[in-house]
Amino acid sequence: MSILRKALTTAAIASVLMAGAAQAETTRIALVVKALGIGFFEAAKKGAEEAAAELGDVEIIYTGPTDTTAEGQIEVLNSLIAQRVDAIAVSANDTDALAPTLKRAMDRGITVISWDSGVAPEGREMHLNPSSAPLIGNMIIKLAADNLPEGGDVAVLSATTTSTNQNTWIEEMNKVAGDYPNVNVVATVYGDDLADKSYREAQGLMQSHPDLKAIIAPTSVGIVAAAQAVTDAGKIGEVNVTGLGLPSEMAGHVKSGASKSFAIWNPIDLGYSATMIAYHLAKDEATAEPGATIPIGRMGEITLDENNEAAMADPFVYDSSNIDEFSSIF
Amino acid sequence: MTLLKSREAILALAIMALLVLIASRFPAFVAPANLARVFTDTSPLILLALGQMAVILTKCIDLSVAANLALCGMVAALMNGAGVPLPLILLTVIALGAALGAFNGVLVWALGIPSIVVTLGTMTIYRGSIFLMTDGAWVNAHQMSAGFKAFPRQVILGLPVMAWIAVLAVALVALLMTRTPLGRAFLAVGGNPHAAVYTGISVGRTQFAAFVLSGALAGLTGYLWVARYAVAYVDIASGFELDVVAACVIGGIAIAGGSGSVAGAVLGALFLGIIKNALPVVGISPFWQMAISGAAILLAIAFNAMSRREPGRIILKRAEVRT
Repeated sequence: MSILRKALTTAAIASVLMAGAAQAETTRIALVVKALGIGFFEAAKKGAEEAAAELGDVEIIYTGPTDTTAEGQIEVLNSLIAQRVDAIAVSANDTDALAPTLKRAMDRGITVISWDSGVAPEGREMHLNPSSAPLIGNMIIKLAADNLPEGGDVAVLSATTTSTNQNTWIEEMNKVAGDYPNVNVVATVYGDDLADKSYREAQGLMQSHPDLKAIIAPTSVGIVAAAQAVTDAGKIGEVNVTGLGLPSEMAGHVKSGASKSFAIWNPIDLGYSATMIAYHLAKDEATAEPGATIPIGRMGEITLDENNEAAMADPFVYDSSNIDEFSSIF
Repeated sequence: MTLLKSREAILALAIMALLVLIASRFPAFVAPANLARVFTDTSPLILLALGQMAVILTKCIDLSVAANLALCGMVAALMNGAGVPLPLILLTVIALGAALGAFNGVLVWALGIPSIVVTLGTMTIYRGSIFLMTDGAWVNAHQMSAGFKAFPRQVILGLPVMAWIAVLAVALVALLMTRTPLGRAFLAVGGNPHAAVYTGISVGRTQFAAFVLSGALAGLTGYLWVARYAVAYVDIASGFELDVVAACVIGGIAIAGGSGSVAGAVLGALFLGIIKNALPVVGISPFWQMAISGAAILLAIAFNAMSRREPGRIILKRAEVRT
C-alpha cells in the first residue's frame, strides 16, 4: 500500500515537474483534499478548474491521500513543497498535525490557506469557512418563509438538546425571526439524530400543530426522517420539510415533493473560492490580515475576521431544478 | 382478586391509567386510528422484546440485537439495490439474523463466556461490519424500490403489515412457550439449571436456541425498520438494545431468569412505546422527557417488585401489626 502510494506520488511529481517546466509563468495552486475519490471534493476540484479557466494563468494540482489520514496528507504536502508550488489550499484531516509541515511551506514562500476543514492558525494564512452560523440561521428560516407566501406555523426538528452546531444555528435563526413576520415558529423538538425518534417527533409535531406548514430540520438525519414522516402521514403539499441535508440523501424526498428545497454548502463554489483566494494571495494582490477583504470572482468578496477566518456565502439552495446534478456528487 | 395478583394484569391497568392520563392532555391520542399507529410504531420493540424474553429467561442477555437489526437492515437495503426480489430478501435477513444470533449462542454455549461479554463484543463487531460493507455511506429513500418500502405499510384489515407481523410473532412465540418442550426448557434452564440438567435438558443448547430466536427476530425487524424509515446507515437503532431490555424488565421478566411471560414482554414493550409516542404530543419540554421516561420505567419496575414480594414477608408484617 505504502509502496504503491509512494510510486504514485513519485509519478505525480514527475509529471507535474515536467508540466511545470513547460509553463514556468503560470501560478501553480495545489488543492489538497482529505482523500481522493470523495464526491464532495471531486466537485470542489470542478470549481477550482472553473476558477483557473477564469484566471487564465493558473494550473490546478488536485491531490490528496488515498485515505483520510493526517500522515497521508503530510506526505502529499511534503512532495508539493519539494515541487515549489505557488500556493496550497488544504482541507485538513487534522487541525494540529498538519501545522508544522504547512509552516515549513510558508517559510519557503508558499501561500497556504485552509478551506472546509481548518488548520490551526499558525499553519495557514487564512481559513475559508463554507458559511457562518448567522448565515445558516437566516437561511433555514428563509427556506421555510420562501415557500409560505401567506405565512403560517413552522416548527424546528433539531438533533440533541446539547448539539452545539444546531443550537447555535437555531439561536441565530431566532435572532432574525423578526425579519419574517409571517412565519411563526411554534415549537422546537429534538430527534437526537436517531431516525426513529426524529420520525416520531415529526409525527408528534403534525398531531399537536394541525396547522403546521413547515418543519425546519437543520440536521441530515432529522430532515430525512421528517420527510418520510410527512410522506407517510399523506401530508405532502401541506407540510414542507426543509433545513440542512445532503443532496444524495434528499433526492427522493425532493422528487416526491415532501421537501421543496433545502440547503447545504456548495462544494463547487467552495473549490472555486479557495482557488481565487489562493491566487490573489500568491500574486500578492491581497494580504491575509484581520479586516482585509479579498475578491472571490463570481462569489463576490470575503472579509477576514480577527482569527483570519472568513465565511464564503449563504448555504446553497437545492431544489427539484438542480437535485439530480448534485445528488450524484455528494 | 386473583386477577389483580397477576403481574400482567397490573401492568395492563398501568397502561390503561397511562392512556387516561395522556388523553386528559391530548384527547386525540386515544383515537383508534392513533392507537393503531402507536402499535405499529411499537412493533419493532415488540418483536425484539419477544426474542430478548427467551434469552433473559435462560439467564442470559443479548445486547447485540440492535446491531444485528442494523446489519440485517443494511444487507436488506443493499440486496434491494442489487435487484433481489423481496421474498428472497426476507428469507435472507431472517437467516442472517439467526446466524448472527447463533454466533452469540455458540460462544455462550461452547466456550462458556458470560453472555453480557459475548454480546457486548458482537454488538461492536456487527456494527463495524456495516461500516466495512458501506464505508459509512447511506442507502437513501430514492435508492430503495417502491415495493421494498411499501410492504410493511400495506394496510390489511385496518392495520399495516408491520403490525400484523408483530401480532403473528407474538402468537407463534406464545405457542412456542406454552406448547413445546423448548418453551418449557427456556423456563426450566433459567429457573434451576442444575435441576434442568437432571431432567435431561441441555442448558447450553437451550441458551443457544434462545439466541437464535432473538437473532432471527432481530434480522426480520432489520428489514422492517429500514423499509419503514426509508434509510439505512451504520447508526440506525443505536441504543435500541437498552429499550428492548427495559421493555422486558418492565414486563416482569426476571433478569435472573426463569420467570416471565409473552404477555409481559408485549405489555412492557407497549408501555414504553406509548410513552415514546405520547411525549412528543403532550407538550412536555424536551429537557424533561428523558427524566420522565426514566421515572416511568423505574415506577413500573418498582410496582412489579412489590407485586412479587414473597408471601412469607407479608404474613410477618400482619403479625407485626397484630401485636
